[in-house]
Amino acid sequence: MAVMTQAPAPGTRRQMLAEFWFYFRANRGALYGLYFFIALVLVALLAPLLAPHDPILQDRTALLTPPFWQEGGTTAYLLGTDAVGRDILSRLIFGARYSLFIGVVVVSISLIGGIVLGLVAGFFGGWIDMVIMRVMDVILAFPSLLLALVLVAVLGPGLTNAMIAIAIVSQPHFARLTRASVLGEKNREYVMAARVAGAGRMRLMFRTILPNCLAPLIVQATLSFSGAILDAAALGFLGMGAQPPTPEWGTMLAEAREFILRAWWVVTLPGLAILVTVLAINLMGDGLRDALDPKLKRS
Amino acid sequence: MIKFILGRLAYLIPTFIGITIVAFGFVRILPGDPVLLMAGERGMTPEHYQDMMQRLGFDRPIWAQYLEYLWKLLHGDFGNSIVTKQPVLSDFLALFPATLELAICAIVIAMLVGVPVGVLAALKRGSWFDQVTMTVALIGYSMPIFWWGLLLIILFSGVLGWTPVSGRISLLYYFPAPTGFMLIDSLLSGQKGAFSSAASHLVLPSIVLATIPLAVIARQTRSAMLEVLGEDYVRTARAKGLSPGRVVGVHALRNAMIPVITTIGLQVGVLMAGAILTESIFSWPGIGKWMVDSISRRDYPVVQSGLLLIAGIVMIVNLVVDLLYGLINPRIRHR
Amino acid sequence: MKLRTALLAASAAMAMLAGGVQAKTLVYCSEGSPEGFDPAPYTAGTTFDASARTIYSRLVEFAPGSTSIQPGLADSWTISPDGLEYTFKLHPGVKFQTTDYFTPTRTMNADDVIFSFDRQGNAKNPFNQYVPGVSYEYFTSMGLDKTIKSIEKGDDRTVKFTLSAPNAPFLADLGMDFASIVSKEYADKLMADGKAADFNNQPIGTGPFTFVAYQKDAVIRYKANPDYFGAKPKIDDLVFAITTDAAVRAQKLRAGECQVMPYPAPADIESLKSDPNLTVMEQAGLNVAYLAYNTLQKPFDDVRVRKALNMAIDKKAIIDAVFQGTGVVAKNPIPPTMWSYNDAVPEDTYDPEAAKKILADAGVKDLHMKIWAMPVQRPYMPNARRTAELMQADLAKVGVTAEIVSYEWGEYLKKSTAMDRDGAVILGWTGDNGDPDNFMNVLLSCQSAGEGGSNRAHWCNKDFSDLLSKAAETSDVAERTKLYEQAQVIFHDQAPWLAIDHSTVFMPMSKKVSGYVMNPLGTHAFDKVDIAE
Repeated sequence: MAVMTQAPAPGTRRQMLAEFWFYFRANRGALYGLYFFIALVLVALLAPLLAPHDPILQDRTALLTPPFWQEGGTTAYLLGTDAVGRDILSRLIFGARYSLFIGVVVVSISLIGGIVLGLVAGFFGGWIDMVIMRVMDVILAFPSLLLALVLVAVLGPGLTNAMIAIAIVSQPHFARLTRASVLGEKNREYVMAARVAGAGRMRLMFRTILPNCLAPLIVQATLSFSGAILDAAALGFLGMGAQPPTPEWGTMLAEAREFILRAWWVVTLPGLAILVTVLAINLMGDGLRDALDPKLKRS
Repeated sequence: MIKFILGRLAYLIPTFIGITIVAFGFVRILPGDPVLLMAGERGMTPEHYQDMMQRLGFDRPIWAQYLEYLWKLLHGDFGNSIVTKQPVLSDFLALFPATLELAICAIVIAMLVGVPVGVLAALKRGSWFDQVTMTVALIGYSMPIFWWGLLLIILFSGVLGWTPVSGRISLLYYFPAPTGFMLIDSLLSGQKGAFSSAASHLVLPSIVLATIPLAVIARQTRSAMLEVLGEDYVRTARAKGLSPGRVVGVHALRNAMIPVITTIGLQVGVLMAGAILTESIFSWPGIGKWMVDSISRRDYPVVQSGLLLIAGIVMIVNLVVDLLYGLINPRIRHR
Repeated sequence: MKLRTALLAASAAMAMLAGGVQAKTLVYCSEGSPEGFDPAPYTAGTTFDASARTIYSRLVEFAPGSTSIQPGLADSWTISPDGLEYTFKLHPGVKFQTTDYFTPTRTMNADDVIFSFDRQGNAKNPFNQYVPGVSYEYFTSMGLDKTIKSIEKGDDRTVKFTLSAPNAPFLADLGMDFASIVSKEYADKLMADGKAADFNNQPIGTGPFTFVAYQKDAVIRYKANPDYFGAKPKIDDLVFAITTDAAVRAQKLRAGECQVMPYPAPADIESLKSDPNLTVMEQAGLNVAYLAYNTLQKPFDDVRVRKALNMAIDKKAIIDAVFQGTGVVAKNPIPPTMWSYNDAVPEDTYDPEAAKKILADAGVKDLHMKIWAMPVQRPYMPNARRTAELMQADLAKVGVTAEIVSYEWGEYLKKSTAMDRDGAVILGWTGDNGDPDNFMNVLLSCQSAGEGGSNRAHWCNKDFSDLLSKAAETSDVAERTKLYEQAQVIFHDQAPWLAIDHSTVFMPMSKKVSGYVMNPLGTHAFDKVDIAE
């Protein structure tokens, strides 16, 4: 595809988008993923309107009520209540906000950080490259969840700190990708031409080279988005992420763990929400990769 | 080849120093204080507190502590746990076989299922088999494994009662453990039923831990196979009338395995992260659970040396994979 | 199900083959890993259950199910009239355990007793630092480093402790886990072999069970000690299955994978009680949870303000919401099961209107305060944050704005002792030896007030402290009871704390288990337990 091989003229952008959409649409899974994701964003945005109850309000008369279709359930609490009488459906709806927010924040931080580091390393080379890439190696040498755990312990448990920790551990992937693309692009003709034409370093890095490295970064960003949701939920599950009574899905699971054999809905539903969300995003990621990667398209 | 290996090793040294700095530095800026945690509600007089800090060596400048730490590391001394007073290395070695056994079982399951599924899916591209398995693989890849583990416990231990709830073997069995691998030790013990007990304890945790690597390997194998099948020499072989089985078995599979091996190597880090969650859910006495507990107890020496040991293992495995890759694929060496 | 049945059948067959007679095995789902097997350096109950209560015994012991003292390794003792000299006569012919790593050549004698204490209090004892960095927290925090002046050997069976001042709780201190008697012969041998650290991994004691093996973070195995000097344990093998998660413990108990478990989750208690195969024993815990005001800080230096706040908080609601109703509202700093508990002390009734009026009379308007909520679960307080939220709501009703703060547990413990601490702190205490001194002196005396001290109210009342000192120097229990009762009246009048609750302790176990006695000090012992087939 054009993006990968040469600097596109502005006029072809629209055409590229159309081509991209053509390939993306061909992947049914990706399309479903996209629809679900859009629905989820709407749910998150409209949470206060959609949720039947306040997600942290406790109804002491209705502890561990099962979902409405089960015996003992009531339509007042469609998906039942948890151990202190909070409405599960409302908590799940509000939880969507947290998960999307986590994904957006983590991807933004790690994408920006990774791009800057990768561009600098690839563009300048030499000892700067050496230092940056060794630091990335160090971070990658630790299992990501373990490092995130230690980081959160350092910063203190909580959603914000969990996001920072996850961003730090997922950022080297972006840096490596960016650097590799930059190394590939650096000596191409259009870059040389821009250089000869007197473009400054900043302009060369960000305006000339970067747009041509975007395809793999976009794919990686969707992967990181779903990864961030999973990791944040895992940290919440280990008690180091969002703190109760925040209706974050992983934290809900952690609180529900003691009821595992008594009240299936408090354990099953938040996990299902995580799974479906992550699955939708990964489906989208697959679609994006197919649409952006010319090699697979050929075969 | 030797030059290639030496080059790779040279890279490792700065990385390893970086790891020691991270392990030591992060742990030291952890808020909280192990000495105070030991005293609990009863508290401590300031003099006694000072005395304890001094005994544990926490009162000296941080760089001096770091250099001493490095010096001791070079002599194979990983420090002593503040809580158990045991050498960190001996605690690590006591728990590592449990994690290793779990991880090996998981990766074996992942390979035994993932590779054939990936190959078949590639050969029957577009068939219902391909679609179903790849959808399942993507679900597996998206799985929050801590939840998956809980579900399996509810189903197999709670509802069906087929598998035990937690632990490595029924407590009714007791035998010496020369290898630390329960499956092997239970066979060596010669006790009837010990092996099946160990296996039944291992089943659920390994399935949980295998889930993500399995999905990754299946997907990776499929796309590697597709790529190889499209290459000229395979087409040529086919055109020459070689049997499809031969083409796939001899030519395509071997070449497709190169990227798959790298993928498997990369799963080591994923397995370690997964072990933290899996071991927590199944009360599996391994290093993942040990690290989580030690972080919450602020057991500095365990956290820092544990991080170091785990990162070291991940690094070495990656190096080995790298070297294997270089061995199989000579082009890499001269890059 | 099939698989498990097959397994059980196979293992039963195996046991028959091996022993001829079925060995009685009790499996206890313990709540955590022991830190080590030498009780002296540690303070955690989990560690003591796995070491002091099984492997070791002490000069004196707490009678099962009570806090009174009975003879242990010492058959009898005499106390000099000035209360300074305690002379113990040791039980004759007590053997240390024989294991594959140690065979004793002599019986327990005065040297072992002296060694057991000297290594903790005397930094020059060669065994004081047998592992680098080891320290003896309990010995120090009970003040025995200052209380014990000297320990002398009379003959092999006679030991004399000389104290620096009369100290009534001293005898009870000797029944505590850290005072377990260890073998000097074994320690000397390890020292000579250069393997001193094994003292903590391969324990040797005189207790009812002999250590067999520990698989880290998984299983501890013991067998009945055939040489035990007391009544022989009724079970042959004792197994601790370490299971940190309360829900998993409950599940294992239901599945028959273990027969006894401690610390069920409050949410599980109902369903455990309704299980036909299980019994759930319960007992009032020897503990207290409290909200300590900083009595040095304005306006909490005014007793009227403290009283008013105490009246503004509905303790019953806290018991219901946080303890699921399983606890007792507190009015005294000591629990009702402890001797000298003064039931005549009136309860502060929940009365927001009166509280509002008192605050107005004291000239306090728009009060803003902080409530510290600890970040961890403790036996006396399963959820401090939820407690704080309830308090916050109650205080709002009398016009007090409360802000909830929390820190990492170590930080919390440290910062809460600061003299200039802002706000009232939620904390609690679990009794060590059943003596009222161990609550009131530790938590409320002038001696423990101040930076780093355990008197979080920083409350120093001369009359109160004098009563305590006097009681500590008296050995007559009736006399002491009177003094402590008076002290509780002062506590009530001065209200340095809001005493919140005394929690209830639950012990679910299989109906096959008999003879289990709950210990008010919170330890778990199995030497009297039997199990039916």
